[in-house]
Amino acid sequence: MNWLSMVANRLLWFVPTLVGLLAIVFLLSRVIPVDPAVLAAGENASAEQVQQVRERFGFDKPLPVQFVNYLRDIAQGNLGTSLFTQQPIVDDLASRLPATLELTIFAVLIAGLIGIPLGVFCGLHRNSWIDHVLRVVTVSGLAVASFWLAMQLQFLFSMKLGWLPLSGRIEGFPPETVTGLMLVDALIEGDREMIGSALRHIVLPTLTLALPAAATVVRFTRNGVIGVINSPSVAYQTAMGFPRRLIVWKYVLRMALTATVTQLGLIFGILLAGAVVVETVFDWPGLGAYAVRSILQSDYNAVMGFTLCTGALFVFINLLVDMLQAAIDPRGAA
Amino acid sequence: MDLLKRFARDRAAFIGLSLLALLVLAALFAPLLAPFPNDVFDFHIGNRLQPPSGTALFGTDRMGSDIFSRLLFGARITLMLAGIAVGSALIIGVPIGLVAGYYQNWVSDALMRIAEIFLAVPQIVLAIAIAQTLGPSIENVILALSLTYWPFWARLVYAETRSMRNEVFVESAVALGASPWRVIVLHILPNIASPIIVRTSIGMGATILTAATLGFLGLGAPPPTPEWGRMIAESREFLPEAWWYALAPGVAIFLTVLGFNLFGDGLRDILDPRTRRSV
Repeated sequence: MNWLSMVANRLLWFVPTLVGLLAIVFLLSRVIPVDPAVLAAGENASAEQVQQVRERFGFDKPLPVQFVNYLRDIAQGNLGTSLFTQQPIVDDLASRLPATLELTIFAVLIAGLIGIPLGVFCGLHRNSWIDHVLRVVTVSGLAVASFWLAMQLQFLFSMKLGWLPLSGRIEGFPPETVTGLMLVDALIEGDREMIGSALRHIVLPTLTLALPAAATVVRFTRNGVIGVINSPSVAYQTAMGFPRRLIVWKYVLRMALTATVTQLGLIFGILLAGAVVVETVFDWPGLGAYAVRSILQSDYNAVMGFTLCTGALFVFINLLVDMLQAAIDPRGAA
Repeated sequence: MDLLKRFARDRAAFIGLSLLALLVLAALFAPLLAPFPNDVFDFHIGNRLQPPSGTALFGTDRMGSDIFSRLLFGARITLMLAGIAVGSALIIGVPIGLVAGYYQNWVSDALMRIAEIFLAVPQIVLAIAIAQTLGPSIENVILALSLTYWPFWARLVYAETRSMRNEVFVESAVALGASPWRVIVLHILPNIASPIIVRTSIGMGATILTAATLGFLGLGAPPPTPEWGRMIAESREFLPEAWWYALAPGVAIFLTVLGFNLFGDGLRDILDPRTRRSV
């Protein structure tokens, strides 16, 4: 299969995958014993009020009809109204997306800046004591429950040492929303206190989120470097008398980094899953915390909106990664 | 045996195996090992939130129960939960992967598409949604985890089966008139068992982390079940004073997951020389 037909094939499946995902979540939300109309109408609603709500939201129609109606609304960019915030879900998601993006971008940067150099070093100095120590650290980093790590960081740095804030995104009034990224907005406003506050708030959630991602990056980069070093091309270059520095910087690094790029989809998945927990513990007003709250409150429109949003993002990123991978390494396209 | 010797020489795998042995022993003999086996249900408000001491090794919780005793019984829940969930995910995922990989037609395409739909959102989100829908209980957590994790095995087995499909020994079995069922079960399955076993060990670790997260969010078994994630959630409001409260269950989760991951890495080195870690 060539590159174009691979991409076409994947694009073709993009929409059916999302519709399937929605069908699963939709079925889930409708088999529950709780009547969504009763939930939406509130505790003290009378039978007539519940009936009104049921008709207004279309809960009285048969399931397949409800599903088709729901898909039609989505196609028009309407994800429905949250039963709890009473806001359109598109607005809810849009207002929370920047907070999650800010967290994720920082986590990716940290994971990459720490993980790639360490992974390269370990790959070049295989079985050195640093390699052994880092192997223990990375294996451990993947075994820690992130909610527990978050709590321990809060305990140490906020409660005991008082160096960093416990939760939230900023103290006092937030800067005017331009990008929605608190730190960038604070920089635009040029207020030092705001910048400092935003920075202090983001440290602990980012660290918690970045740890498993960094551990994964170290492992893949290390394996990539080792794989390249043992390849015939490097043996040839060595035999030809190329200086080691040239071989490492020009050939090994470039080939090893492609091994890491192909894992971006996996890393993104780790971060998205991590955000759900980390945002909840640190009271970070992003998509993850929104999803957990919506699920716990049985706010199914919001849950489905979130699922669609993350599902689309996830499928899209994996498509990009596959395209990138196929472009870098034609062998994998088959 | 050669395999065992190689395994014993790998220090990391040996540590993993030891951690798992410890966990199994703790779970099996919890009633004998626990200094206060009744503290799973009993409470002694007078002793609440006591720091670690000679009597309460890891301190006491908000109900005055011995955390160490509850931890031991928690090992049973963790093992049972992850064991059944991973077992069911295998029972669903392996046959689907085998069938889809062996027959290359629209049915196999459809099956793998369904698996991909499940893989399109982070597992934790799907698990939270299913567990919340079904209501908080251990059985529902197990169901939620099995439903979210089967596609991993389906995809793995599918890929492995497809690569086996064109091997000479499979072709000759088919040429000799073996039924598809016989080829799949007797010829393909034994040859792809290694990667399945390796992934099962690592999958146990991932499942335990997800299960603990569900417990932490209040979607697991209701109190007073000594589930580790729930114990950590309960401890949150007593920080920073009761620092020991979350410490022991958190370390227990860490060591358990570490054990499964190290064990899985070690197994891979032995069973699958192609992907040896320290080539």
